[in-house]
Amino acid sequence: MTNGWVDIKNTDMMLIMGGNPAENHPCGFKWAMEAKRNRNAKLISVDPRFTRTSATADLFLQIRAGTDIAFLGGLIRYAIENNRIAKEYLVNYTNAAFIVKEGFKLPEDGLYSGFDSSSSSYDKSTWNYQEGGDFSGQPHAAAPPAHAAPADAAHPATPAPPPLLPPNVAYDLTLQHPRCVFQLMRQQYSRYTPELVERITGIPKEQYIKAIDLFTSIRKDGDMKKAGTIIYAVGWTQHTFGTQIIRTAAMIQLLLGNVGRAGGGVNALRGHSNIQGATDMGGLADGMPGYLKVPTPADTDLAAYLKRTTPTASKPVPWDSFNYYSNTPKFMVSLLKALYGDAATKENGFAYDYFPKVDRDYSWTHIWDDMYNGKVKGMMAFGMNGVMIGPDTNKNINALKKADWLVVGEIYPDETSEFWKAPGITADEQKTINTTVYRLPCAGFAEKDGSMTNSARWVTWKYAAVPPPGQARLDQDILAQIFLRVRDLYKKEGGKFPDPILNASWAYADAEHPSLSQVAMELNGRTLADQKDDTTGQVVLKAGQQLPGFAALKDDGTTVCGNWIYSGMWTEAGPQCQRRGTEDPSGLGVFPNWSWSWPANRRILYNRASCNPDGKPWDPERKQVWWNEAAGKWAGADVPDFKPDSHPKDHMGPFIMNPEGVGRLFAPIGVLADGPFPEHYEPFESPTKNLLHPDQSTNPLVKAFKTPYDKLGTPEEYSIVCTTYRLTEHYHYWTKNNPMNVQLIPEPFVEIPVELAEEKGIRGTDMIKVISARGTYIAKAFVTKRLKPMMIDGKKVYQIGLPIHQGFRGIPEDEGRDARTPANLLTPAVVDPNAHTPESKGFLVKVEKA
Amino acid sequence: MSQASAEIIRISGHAGSVPGSGMNREFQVCKLIDTTTCIGCKACEVACLEWNGYTFTETSFDNSYQTMPDTTWNYWNLIRFNEYEHPDHGLMLLMRKDQCMHCEEPGCLEACPADGAIVQYANGIIDFQQEHCIGCGYCMTGCPFNIPKFSPTARKVFKCTLCNDRVSVGLEPACIKACPTGCLHFGTKPEMKELAETRATQLRDVSGFSNAGVYDPSGVSGTHVIYVLHDATRTEAYGGLPANPRIPWTVQLWKKPLRWLGNFAMIAGVFGVFIHYLRFGPKIIEGDDGKLTPTPRPSEEPRLGGKA
Repeated sequence: MTNGWVDIKNTDMMLIMGGNPAENHPCGFKWAMEAKRNRNAKLISVDPRFTRTSATADLFLQIRAGTDIAFLGGLIRYAIENNRIAKEYLVNYTNAAFIVKEGFKLPEDGLYSGFDSSSSSYDKSTWNYQEGGDFSGQPHAAAPPAHAAPADAAHPATPAPPPLLPPNVAYDLTLQHPRCVFQLMRQQYSRYTPELVERITGIPKEQYIKAIDLFTSIRKDGDMKKAGTIIYAVGWTQHTFGTQIIRTAAMIQLLLGNVGRAGGGVNALRGHSNIQGATDMGGLADGMPGYLKVPTPADTDLAAYLKRTTPTASKPVPWDSFNYYSNTPKFMVSLLKALYGDAATKENGFAYDYFPKVDRDYSWTHIWDDMYNGKVKGMMAFGMNGVMIGPDTNKNINALKKADWLVVGEIYPDETSEFWKAPGITADEQKTINTTVYRLPCAGFAEKDGSMTNSARWVTWKYAAVPPPGQARLDQDILAQIFLRVRDLYKKEGGKFPDPILNASWAYADAEHPSLSQVAMELNGRTLADQKDDTTGQVVLKAGQQLPGFAALKDDGTTVCGNWIYSGMWTEAGPQCQRRGTEDPSGLGVFPNWSWSWPANRRILYNRASCNPDGKPWDPERKQVWWNEAAGKWAGADVPDFKPDSHPKDHMGPFIMNPEGVGRLFAPIGVLADGPFPEHYEPFESPTKNLLHPDQSTNPLVKAFKTPYDKLGTPEEYSIVCTTYRLTEHYHYWTKNNPMNVQLIPEPFVEIPVELAEEKGIRGTDMIKVISARGTYIAKAFVTKRLKPMMIDGKKVYQIGLPIHQGFRGIPEDEGRDARTPANLLTPAVVDPNAHTPESKGFLVKVEKA
Repeated sequence: MSQASAEIIRISGHAGSVPGSGMNREFQVCKLIDTTTCIGCKACEVACLEWNGYTFTETSFDNSYQTMPDTTWNYWNLIRFNEYEHPDHGLMLLMRKDQCMHCEEPGCLEACPADGAIVQYANGIIDFQQEHCIGCGYCMTGCPFNIPKFSPTARKVFKCTLCNDRVSVGLEPACIKACPTGCLHFGTKPEMKELAETRATQLRDVSGFSNAGVYDPSGVSGTHVIYVLHDATRTEAYGGLPANPRIPWTVQLWKKPLRWLGNFAMIAGVFGVFIHYLRFGPKIIEGDDGKLTPTPRPSEEPRLGGKA
């Protein structure tokens, strides 16, 4: 979230799309209700089904799964055409005025400039800003339109080294230049008319206009007082264009001037208590702690890595850009010091060579594909149920059959540790499966301490309520055992490259049982030498002291920090993440003394943008930060997300993490794989061709896997759109082990429209089969009015949905129920080219009576 | 069945004065359920079970999110779901938390013949005292909301206590504590009424629900559980919430005119017998020997029904 849970209470308008917070985030949803009750805020719910969120909404629109970019693109068009945009914000805080390089082409045919069909990738050299100065008010009649491919667009056969952003960006503050970002964006979304949106999404035009008119009404005539928020969850990420859906939302919020403001922002609702923490710690294959980029084999030494990953400012000359990522060397060197301790020296590039280099895609679906293809021989599964998570559960089960070993750390026996008992595997076949499964009893959430980072980036310490029962052990104890024994083996037997293991820092008081407090202190970081103030020369930090925050990090090896964004969570003043202060002086729900929020205890990111260019809040009633002329500093109820002494006259951009200093309506080179502006593509399994460009229906960058399980269905055979979701009564695949939850929703079901049920002669509670090209799911029919047939380009299309919770392993109260097939038997392993998230929302099936 | 120490003001089937009444004037409590902000999460259902010590119930899927068709003797709190096509607002998913309404004029208490089995506390809570319950089930017919439920094993009747054990020590009911969205509120009746009316006004003026209103039915002189409804003219759509609940006429008839009539008939009968005695003297029965002998006086009769 750019903002936070509590901040939702400050909003005037909510667009909830790709998420169902009433059911999946019920405790956080109270703030949405507060906004409705206390501010008369409006709530628009857009979802493939009428959910319990929709039940509380002012407006509900049923959308065809996977057509969100069409919906949002049409919203951009409407906002621009009706002057419901934040003009001053747009010009000063976004790259709307930046001029894009000649040769850049919009995807009228579904492809941006630079596409290479042989490698299915883009040469992004034209996705860049033009170098130069101020074009404001200058004639530009001769500029070629961006729809036509320029004659010199032919790209070289061998890709040139990745181009850099120009330091001196050409711009037109009047936003009139035909190749300025604003005009290109207008041109891009001028195609997304309400009529086209209706044909693609299935939302009747009148309803659609009502919704986008309501959402953009907060910026009527450009008035900046009100704020609107966009709230989403995995309903937006699980698509082959998921990242681009979220980009479209970000663009809308920039266009309407909602980013950085109380009650605004782009707010991702995370589905677990600590999934944000997992991402922050580098839980993804292409990231490291604190979102540092992962080294690749091309980064041959630390200098090369830092050169590639440390951006330089790129902006109009008169403007200023903080470009905070220019500090990347400090973050990286301090991380290497945390990983390798004394073995990381200036001379050996801080042991950069020890760090693994990522040579290809190691994301979730690739792990399974590699296991299926015999490249991955074993798996350690802690705190996740891979068989149930899918996608394409059959493929994952068949991959596990080929593995040599599997270690599962869990509190219950789960479908992954018992994959060989999956429905359809006979007793004879079970005998042929030779995977050795080790099941380790782990501690449950109430049995361990540690920090949890919520969607709002609040790092909150929790305490163990009870010790783990029986032989169950804490995760860190299990991992410590594995590490120490592997290290012993390297010590005794040597190996190809034992140094990274032998020299890994393991400076915990009890090596066998590392305390998570010590791990947290390591994440925060400490200084190894006395640190002096640059101007006064006074010692401000003594050797061995905890760092006060990431501003104290050094790139000379004198600071240690496990995760730069967490620096500040456990300082010399104590564990900030354990604070429980309930004071909220501003009344905006900032709660500055409750736990600790990364970065720097800031509750709303980019909050400089809550003020106009002169440093005065857009809405005097929701004052977050402001420029204090007398003190010559930024002050506020929240921690200013800005250079504290940058005078508004300096025109420093509020988006300090971007080298441009401004928000990106246009995402230049190197940001996204599949285009600088989002474009509507159809899901890989779709009932229709792409109405914008039938010859390029799907995302051109998506590469399909090639195992026999990677099958896709055709709309001729599988005509029904299906989506998956969670219910409020259950938590993923765990609570089917809890009788209290089992009684609330005792059995799996499939929600189908009344009309489809009538057509097929299905009555509620009848057993039905849902069949995709990959598998069959069996459950009872839930015949409902909450899913209606849709008209997609003049053709009637049904949409159905099913919860993901039930599987083939649960408690006695759960047994004896029919059909226990995992929902992800149905879903395809096709993934987003940026985030590598599979397309679980929006695939094709057929329905039969069982 | 609570061990609470709150003040009792009425006792079922109990003659004479109520011990301790008038000693301590507690405020009247009230639970407000704003159905317009209910998300049907069922946290209240589970909190109710856990606080009251009830465990797993076998349920089955019934083409609804609703946990079970009706409340049971050990499942007092149930959210009723209804997919409702409203003529003005289109499809609505109505969710109403159903439980005892704690009526000001409680039909259960009126109908109950067992001394002390049902009490009404000064704060408005209607509480069943199972140790005095005779399991006759009259309360079930007396309730216009179909709330009291008979336990075949205990052979007694149970229902929501409004967490009287919590309320009497200054805590809110368990359901209120668990509610994540603030759809449930607890306080004094005047406070809750005001909050409810404010919300209903907001729904009418801002949200376009022109028939929004507060459900606090006068037929039972108001309830200590009140609802805010999107459309107060369609109460039945909310899982069968009666539009105008009243204590059934059979109970009214039986407990008021009929009881009075019965008492009168009994007293009149005794009086008649006495007059008869005065007027005609003792009844003379002819013996087998033809002699007349007087009937024995009651004090001499060995046992009731001892004679043929």
